[in-house]
Amino acid sequence: MKLSFTARIMLLTMMGFGFAFIYVPLTLVVINSFNKNTSFAWPPTGFTTSWWTKAASNEGVRDAISRSFFVALFATLIALVLGSLAAAAIARYKFFGRDVISLLFVLPIALPGIVTGIALNNVFTNFLGELTIFTIIIGHATFCIVVVFNNVAARYRRLSSSMEEASMDLGANRFTTFRLVTFPLLRSAIVAGALLSFALSFDEIIVTTFTAGAGQTTLPIWIFQNLFRPNQAPVVNVVAAALILVSIIPIYLSQLLTRETSTR
Amino acid sequence: MTTTIRARRLLHRNSGARVTTLLALPLFWLVVLYIGSLAALFVTSIWKIDTFTSKVVREFTFQNFIDVFTDKAYFNVTIRTLFVAICVTLICAFIAIPMAFFMARVARPKYRPVLIALVITPLWASYLVKIYAWRTMFYPEKGFVNWLIQPLGGSSPGFGIFAVIIGLTYLWLPYMVLPIYAGMEKLPNSVLDASSDLGAKSGRTFFSIILPITWPAIIAGSVFTFSLSMGDYITVQILGGTFQMLGNVVYQNFSLNLPFAAAVALIPVLIMMVYLGSIRKTGALDNL
Repeated sequence: MKLSFTARIMLLTMMGFGFAFIYVPLTLVVINSFNKNTSFAWPPTGFTTSWWTKAASNEGVRDAISRSFFVALFATLIALVLGSLAAAAIARYKFFGRDVISLLFVLPIALPGIVTGIALNNVFTNFLGELTIFTIIIGHATFCIVVVFNNVAARYRRLSSSMEEASMDLGANRFTTFRLVTFPLLRSAIVAGALLSFALSFDEIIVTTFTAGAGQTTLPIWIFQNLFRPNQAPVVNVVAAALILVSIIPIYLSQLLTRETSTR
Repeated sequence: MTTTIRARRLLHRNSGARVTTLLALPLFWLVVLYIGSLAALFVTSIWKIDTFTSKVVREFTFQNFIDVFTDKAYFNVTIRTLFVAICVTLICAFIAIPMAFFMARVARPKYRPVLIALVITPLWASYLVKIYAWRTMFYPEKGFVNWLIQPLGGSSPGFGIFAVIIGLTYLWLPYMVLPIYAGMEKLPNSVLDASSDLGAKSGRTFFSIILPITWPAIIAGSVFTFSLSMGDYITVQILGGTFQMLGNVVYQNFSLNLPFAAAVALIPVLIMMVYLGSIRKTGALDNL
């Protein structure tokens, strides 16, 4: 689109401001993880890698990471199955109550996490008696379903059903059509949904706070518990810096996957 | 064997049976587990508690709602929470609209994927990490913000409502950028060309053509920024100092007086319902 000179300058300024807003805080965390000063006063006073070695040998952190990994893995698996099934139904069929159901699939992320959290906590403690690691998984799966559903449903909407019809006209039954035609077309959306849902679960704190059993410390819970302890500050900062660097990789992959098919 | 064949035939002929098969498990999960829990929670809000044991007593009372709606303090918390949610949504839109516009319409097509990845990727960093980053930014006396504005004679505003608004804006910005970008990318070039052929300058084209067409996408983004801000309590604990929002009130009452916490939790849910209901006509829900 053609733009006047002033409009172009204004837009570029806004872009620059936006990038600064996005990148400055995260960059500071990464720089601070090498800051010699324990109170992290800005500007840094010297360079050290000792916080990283200290964090790497921290039992609490390692334990929390493996627990978060376990929870995210199973929550994502449940979400993959249920979210894809629902997306297929909503996108390919017209039936009574369809609009209500698609609204229902927005609720777990549209309603505040604390509401979901205390609602699940109330039911779990009353019916299951106690909270465990599996109650975290159930809690996470509830909003992970929505993420997978959104991704897969969006892909379904863009695919026309003519290819499925062609396949069935050529004699394939529904299962063969799904295996050979529909699934390959959906695959990258399913993978992107799975990556997003894994990342969300790995990161979730509010629902986790209310569904985690005693001692079931996930990584976000560990960070939150240690955030206000001054002597843990360097380790928390290293964990934060590491998470920034690590979180960029899977999300970047999911971006690549969605792009590969959207520019088709 | 014959039953599986019969089941297959039924699925083949009857689309209702197919929908039921597909939806049975997901609906069971969301309706029984999720909606069921929500319903159970809100039923609790009309019950009492034993003041000595903090246990819920199943006796009908409207006292919790009377307390919530007559106590000025809770009214003020609701107003403050709404104010924060509205500010966050407006600032997100203010930052996201020009960025999305630049990425979708101004930048050369080959740079677009790179730009969108540059904007979105860091914003998917961990929730706590982002808030932690702003905690180090706003730290009174030794934080980056303080260092930045000290030469100008100012000092960091420290922790409070301002830090909460900035922190929440930072958290939910990608939820605003993505739908707007998608909406602007879909605009056909011919519409924009027509506008400039008819003599409109870029500003006029933006406000009369682009903004109205992408409005549903902006509203879709606002669903997230608004609702996520309204229910937050962790950010408020980390960046808010003594400042409190509805989520904090729910959190504090949760273990001692669950019926009252449920009554307070109903406020953001009702506000969200009204909000979702009022935007249904804009078609924003399809942009989510």
